[in-house]
Amino acid sequence: MSSASPHSELSVQRSALGVSPSAPAGSDNLLKSLDYSVLQQCMHCGMCLPTCPTYVETGRERHSPRGRISLMRAIADGELDVTRAFGEEMYFCLGCLACTTACPAGVDYANLFETARAEVERRQVLDTRQRRSVRWFALRLIFTRPRLLRFIGRLLWLWQRSGLQALSRSTGLTRLLPGRLAGLEPQTPRIQTRFSDGLIAPVERPRTGQVRHRVALLTGCVQDLVFSDVNRATVDVLLANGCEVITPRTQSCCGSLHAHNGDTASARELARRQLDAIDPGSVDAIISNAGGCGSHLRHYNHLLHDDPAYAERAAMWSRKLRDIHEWLAEIKFRPPAAPVGGAPAFPVTYHESCHLCHGQKVSRQPREILKSLPGAELRECGEATWCCGSAGIYNITQPETAGWLQTRKVGHVQATGATVVATANPGCHLQLENGLRAAAAPGSTPPVVVHPVVLLARAYAAEAAGRPS
Amino acid sequence: MSSSSSPSTPVPAPQPLPPAFVAALQTAFAAGSILTSREDLIPYGFDGTAALKQLPGVVVFPKDAASVSGVLKLARTHRVPVVTRGSGTGLSGGSVPVPGCVVLCLADMNRILELDAKNLTLSAEPGVITQRIYDAADAAGLFYPPDPGSMKISTIGGNVAENAGGLRGLKYGVTRNYVMGLEVVLADGSIVTLGNKCVKDVAGYNLRDLFIGSEGTLGVITRVLLRLLPKPGARQTLLATYASMDAAAETVSAIIAERIIPCTLEFLDQRTLRCVEAFAKVGLPTEAEALLLIETDGHPAAVADEASRIERICTQHQALAVRRAASAEEGVRLATARRSAFSALARLRPTTILEDATVPRSELAKMIRFINETAQKHRVEVATFGHFGDGNLHPTFLTDERNADEMHRVEAAMKEIFDYALSLGGTLTGEHGVGLAKKAYLPRQLGDATLSLLKTIKRSLDPDGLLNPGKIFD
Repeated sequence: MSSASPHSELSVQRSALGVSPSAPAGSDNLLKSLDYSVLQQCMHCGMCLPTCPTYVETGRERHSPRGRISLMRAIADGELDVTRAFGEEMYFCLGCLACTTACPAGVDYANLFETARAEVERRQVLDTRQRRSVRWFALRLIFTRPRLLRFIGRLLWLWQRSGLQALSRSTGLTRLLPGRLAGLEPQTPRIQTRFSDGLIAPVERPRTGQVRHRVALLTGCVQDLVFSDVNRATVDVLLANGCEVITPRTQSCCGSLHAHNGDTASARELARRQLDAIDPGSVDAIISNAGGCGSHLRHYNHLLHDDPAYAERAAMWSRKLRDIHEWLAEIKFRPPAAPVGGAPAFPVTYHESCHLCHGQKVSRQPREILKSLPGAELRECGEATWCCGSAGIYNITQPETAGWLQTRKVGHVQATGATVVATANPGCHLQLENGLRAAAAPGSTPPVVVHPVVLLARAYAAEAAGRPS
Repeated sequence: MSSSSSPSTPVPAPQPLPPAFVAALQTAFAAGSILTSREDLIPYGFDGTAALKQLPGVVVFPKDAASVSGVLKLARTHRVPVVTRGSGTGLSGGSVPVPGCVVLCLADMNRILELDAKNLTLSAEPGVITQRIYDAADAAGLFYPPDPGSMKISTIGGNVAENAGGLRGLKYGVTRNYVMGLEVVLADGSIVTLGNKCVKDVAGYNLRDLFIGSEGTLGVITRVLLRLLPKPGARQTLLATYASMDAAAETVSAIIAERIIPCTLEFLDQRTLRCVEAFAKVGLPTEAEALLLIETDGHPAAVADEASRIERICTQHQALAVRRAASAEEGVRLATARRSAFSALARLRPTTILEDATVPRSELAKMIRFINETAQKHRVEVATFGHFGDGNLHPTFLTDERNADEMHRVEAAMKEIFDYALSLGGTLTGEHGVGLAKKAYLPRQLGDATLSLLKTIKRSLDPDGLLNPGKIFD
């Protein structure tokens, strides 16, 4: 695993598909080779149970964090084989990490869960021709090749803007798609006309005042295609707070998708690419604005700890990685002033992205931003820290549980009466938007879903223009 | 799944279940309410107790008492042991399966049946989460006081079966003090109702109390009728820190001597304090040797008066600092943090063994000194926290179950601590139950005649010995 051959771990050969590096010598199993104390850390007290969505839904221990850990431990102890049922269980877990917030014992569930999924993939217990093709297409092809991903995004954009999408929907053509795809088609996110590179210059400096900090911005992949406006807004608020922003072109996927889906080799390779693209030594902070990506990006130190060429750089990267809200709070962002004549009042609620609040423990800072907005009235919604069901690609792989969580979430949001729902992760954003649209009474306008940073950027702009946002 | 059990708990090999028994269960239960695959069973092989596990034969989820009765009759016919379980958060191995058993998990019997505001009672199925009972009472302006550490996930049925305590024991007592009635399925499948909504009732033997704390060995509780109290008008939480354990213990004695009975009088030593703060981040002073968490509740005027008297007593007894919680929310945050103490201690070592030795409160300071000396003598790590007000201590061994030598030393220390607690007129267990974890020590506490009485009762109610066999005693 040296860096001499940069792509040594990553193969796009079909034959090598989804197979992670073999387990270290002396062990026939990734769970067995894991430091046993990580498994032992769980003392099965049950404090995680009421916070685990799949346990609350089913009431069965197997679908709980301590239940899943007991299965992993049974495998490590040689009391259970890596079976298909085990594999299915590892993919029934949302990976929302709510259990890690609830766990007084500090169990490193993220590590356990990613190791277990990697072992499931290594042993190919869930392997089917279709699954293999989908995994190869998504994990090994599209999400490792940033130009190809953007090319596909452009094609999708053409399809949406040319009227072909509308035509095929109105003629019922989309109903011809195979079962599950037909149900998902209406949820296809709307691709932006301009991606991040078209909206953001490689280096941007504050127009006025001193440069207080120098930061690098990560533009993401789904974020780049579907929410490039969030990236632009992130740059705007950073500039407004004295940060020089460096945005490398055509960025790669951060590898979070791969790590969460048991493809550790690709995750490691993509992490190296990020480290090649951005020298953490050259900036004060590396900024992520998507909860799911940030949670993974923070752990490059762990991911590459045994890579002699990258371990040190990865450690520095992890020290400098900041979620945008966290960074703004840390540098004491300037609260936007109310425009002349005052700002119109609006009730806003905040849905916490799992990987922002549980994965990164960033919970207070987005609320500070929302509270600073002129006219905003922050209304807390019930179960704000519960998963919305998006969970990466969970809404595609486990539509029933994802739908149950989406309905539950929409109910809590609606109960607040908020007209704006702030959330900071593209998956949550789409899941909420789709859920709220479907649940809206005929003729009514569903609440608007928006990233907190977009609201802040608008407030700064309104301030400059002297009119309400 | 017995490889990593502690040396003290040899687990017999699993026995196969009679196929006819399993077939009959499969007819009686819908697919999602009966578990037989290995992946489904492994997660039911343990509860909250360290180093105890045993794979069950089958797990079923009855929906009502009739279904429970059906399982017990079948189990009797096929002579299959029955282990009843709620959320599996017990701390003495009470719901750990026995070889070849059916686990009767009552988690799906989770309805609150009635809240009677006229009679101040609440009726519920056994699988209702304790926190939900508290919340339902609270919403009606009422109060269900027992608050075991695991109340966010423990079931009320399990609380009754273990006679669970909690942080409010000093003033409000334990679960037993709030049970007015029970519906119980007996070993032969018959269903009995014991107790009612009457505050006074002396008709016949008081058998209800026999089932409270019986740890699933005498019958299966399928409904509980609970007593509620009016909600106290005010609460005030105080934190006092000390440079020595003795000063904290003297403070407690002085508070009681002043005729103040706080609702909560909790104690944490420095190790526990640091672990709790690392998890909960509620601003506990981690440099202190000992900390008292005190809560007074009741009429606002009485609370204000008691709080200032407690403050004065703490200061007079060398408290380094006394702090009042700024709000009721902060008070709740502090109590919640305290409830995480046991699990938070798991941060330090791979295995965390929680004990429950309890002494008359006048003997507390002596007991704590003895625990620390014994730990030193046997070179084992112990953190101590607990309910200072009611003498219920939780010396917690921080160890590694895979280190046989260390585990032997832990056991030696544990035995001495139990013996000493008994010599002070104490008990092995204040609130966790005997289960598997403490049964070896029970004969010493009860003596032959008492133990024999327990066994007589067990034999008369469960002649085939199928209800949670091997728990409490053999």
